[in-house]
Amino acid sequence: MSATEQTVSADMQHGEVNTQDTEHHHGPAKGFSRWLFTTNHKDIGSMYLWFSLAMFMTGGCMALLIRMELFQPGLQMMQPDFFNQMTTMHGLIMVFGAVMPAFVGLANWMIPMMIGAPDMALPRLNNWSFWILPFAFSMMLFTLFMEGGAPNFGWTFYAPLSTTYAPPSVTFFIFAVHMMGISSIMGAINVIVTILNMRPKGMVMMKLPLFVWTWLITAFLLILVMPVLAGVVTMMLMDIHFGTSFFSAAGGGDPVLFQHVFWFFGHPEVYIMILPAFGVVSEIIPTFSRKKLFGYSSMVYATSSIAFLSFIVWAHHMFTVGMPLAGELFFMFATMLIAVPTGVKVFNWVATMFRGSMTFETPMLFAIAFVVLFSIGGFSGLMLAIAPVDFQYHDTYFVVAHFHYVLVPGSVFSIMAAAYYWLPKWTGNYYNEKMGKLHFWLSFIGINITFFPMHFVGLAGMPRRIPDYALQFADFNAVSSVGAFIFGFSQLLFIYNIVSCIRTKNQATPEVWEGAKGLEWTVPSPAPYHTFTTPPKVD
Amino acid sequence: MKRDLSSHILLSFIKKLAVFLLFIAPSTYADWQLNLREGVTEISRSVYSLHMIIFWICVVIAVVVFGVMLWSVIYHRKSRGAKAQNFHENVYVEIAWTIVPILILVGMAVPATATLKKMYDSSESDIDIQVTGYQWKWRYQYLESGVDFFSSLATPIEQIQGESEKTENYLLEVDNPLVIPVGKKVRFLITANDVIHSWWVPDFAVKKDAIPGFINESWVKAEHTGIYRGQCAELCGKDHGFMPIVVEVKSQEDYQLWLKDQQLAQAEKAKSAEKRWTLDELMVTGKEVYMKSCAACHQANGEGVPGAFPALKGSPLVQGDPGAHIDVVLNGKAGTAMQAFRDQLSATELAAVITYERNAWGDSLGDIISPSQIAKLKQ
Repeated sequence: MSATEQTVSADMQHGEVNTQDTEHHHGPAKGFSRWLFTTNHKDIGSMYLWFSLAMFMTGGCMALLIRMELFQPGLQMMQPDFFNQMTTMHGLIMVFGAVMPAFVGLANWMIPMMIGAPDMALPRLNNWSFWILPFAFSMMLFTLFMEGGAPNFGWTFYAPLSTTYAPPSVTFFIFAVHMMGISSIMGAINVIVTILNMRPKGMVMMKLPLFVWTWLITAFLLILVMPVLAGVVTMMLMDIHFGTSFFSAAGGGDPVLFQHVFWFFGHPEVYIMILPAFGVVSEIIPTFSRKKLFGYSSMVYATSSIAFLSFIVWAHHMFTVGMPLAGELFFMFATMLIAVPTGVKVFNWVATMFRGSMTFETPMLFAIAFVVLFSIGGFSGLMLAIAPVDFQYHDTYFVVAHFHYVLVPGSVFSIMAAAYYWLPKWTGNYYNEKMGKLHFWLSFIGINITFFPMHFVGLAGMPRRIPDYALQFADFNAVSSVGAFIFGFSQLLFIYNIVSCIRTKNQATPEVWEGAKGLEWTVPSPAPYHTFTTPPKVD
Repeated sequence: MKRDLSSHILLSFIKKLAVFLLFIAPSTYADWQLNLREGVTEISRSVYSLHMIIFWICVVIAVVVFGVMLWSVIYHRKSRGAKAQNFHENVYVEIAWTIVPILILVGMAVPATATLKKMYDSSESDIDIQVTGYQWKWRYQYLESGVDFFSSLATPIEQIQGESEKTENYLLEVDNPLVIPVGKKVRFLITANDVIHSWWVPDFAVKKDAIPGFINESWVKAEHTGIYRGQCAELCGKDHGFMPIVVEVKSQEDYQLWLKDQQLAQAEKAKSAEKRWTLDELMVTGKEVYMKSCAACHQANGEGVPGAFPALKGSPLVQGDPGAHIDVVLNGKAGTAMQAFRDQLSATELAAVITYERNAWGDSLGDIISPSQIAKLKQ
């Protein structure tokens, strides 16, 4: 099947490369205005990544406060209401502030360079979609200082707890969610237009790198579901301020309707956070196995199937709301089906490593850990899909363990892998490999100490979102808290490594990695401010 | 609990590791339960066996997949001189690893569907109990016998705040447990008064959301007498972690005795409203009721939580016309967390707590709200 072969090579003739960085007015502006007014995909990508790192640390601090309170039974650090504010803000910040912007940052940096385009298709829109975010999150964080405190109804903000019974700050939360939604939709439009219109001749769809493919599919998911989120928060706004009763039973409304609408957004949302991670891992594993990705086309089809299935499984989050039997069965079967394309992806990654010639630089370590730990999250996901058993797992720490396994060693590890993988391309310098490996091992150990025991306390019967617990859960909770601090503090190594990679000269080659294939590795390191102003030749 | 030797060794290793890591002795009542409980009903046992089947399927798949991966990581590394092969697709393998998982899933779906069907069959019940979630307590109404009571956390606040030793059933004990007879099919009609709660007893494998405006059904047929504990499983606000569920399964005779006692006690309570109460008597009862039903929000000192729960101390409502004050306590305040206590408390308790609020915290108005006055309003 030579048509799908991904042998891509750029025209590296000297004259063409020179046109990219000699003309002075193509360089970046100086000072703060460079960042404020930039339309350059690399600048915007960097801003997204720094922003997401800042949010990751902020949300992480909240997680550590939560783990401090849960270190022992009893209330020591905080009152229950503040605990609820912390779990809510931790979830919202990590989902909307850390993971999603990080992937948009990676998309900004890498998609044009991977497909051979000079920039994103809609550069001004790109600038705006980034600059909305700091305002949205400042507003959300400032609710912590409002009378009545920050949102305290969980990141899933189920009505009527988030409407009739919510603190006054809920209105600001709604506004912030609207802003994030606008930002995401614009980012998604930009990704789709760039991928569909800015490919050079010869870069047919089935030659696109998998990171680009997964992002294309993610962008469609975003466009389809972010308006649903906007809709549901607007209905909340109407209920709170304009006397409607969408979700209030007393006024003839339906609290379960909220959950249906929310999860119609929410389930595709969790795939929005994992599909680009699949893409990243599908780039890294072939590079360090020095072997082509196994089953490229089946990867594309599997990703598309997962995206499709994500729209018909939402109510598996609601098995206990009392749906009719037929509904329960439909959502159980549809959910179990997701295991099939997800399995295909895992098998493909393993087959790529099989009979390769592997080395284990930091990005590869994170990618391998991703495959193993994400699969563990997948297994618990399959267990959760079995509706009658889900009645025992639902809203316990088993669920907390499950989604942290797919989100932290899943999405977050893939983002870290991507950062280490492409840092030399972005900065022109190799990062400190030893420190990178230390960061990996501390994170790997920390994460498992934190989240693995949560499976046990969940099965033993500990509900989630409680600030205090019965005594039989004490020991595993103490263990989890210790793990959380190991994981949390080892991220300082990550930040140090990034900063020193930018500041310490350790010239990287254009190819950077021995087994790296793809257009981004044909431009010099660091990548010039403008790349591919002339389309590369792709064959 | 039976455990095989290897898991026992692993467990004791984890234990030692944790103790070593923490440098503190594990709490006296803590244990290291790793798995789901089998429970005490036919349903809960079939749920448990479904759980174990899917768990072992996952373990087998994990061993195979991670095994191949580990093999590659060890033997196909560049430092061992491994040369990368060229293959990158194989239609037969790819079809196989799509079909085989589908077959496994079908095998799993069949018993799961059967169990789910049984769980959904709540017909032909012997006893019907309406379970209503309130912020942050449960109300149980026995539809046939008219017994009706609230059940809230019994753990004293001193234990929660670390001022006294935590006892064995810390946070899992209530003042009035739900009582059901052994071997009878008990149907629960589950709903809520304010926000969404979820009624969960792990030993029955029953978890159903309690949703305002909806009535969900669930049922249990307990096979052994005993005390079974659970907790609210849906975030329902501030004290979500403090609304446990305790179910006492009694023998048929004991259950009948208990029912009689309840009915008598209820009649007794109604009578007490007719008695003449002094201010001091009302203040004593009122303080008890206030601490149990009001202090969670309005705080023990009556100062409330700014922005969330209004202060009662110095409040114009509390110091003003008794009629308005009584109205709010009895009927609640729409659109806020203030509940209607009309059904939650007896006439005496209501009169006492209103009297208490009007006379505590230095606001001594000196007025008495009499139980008989409230009893009239309640009718």
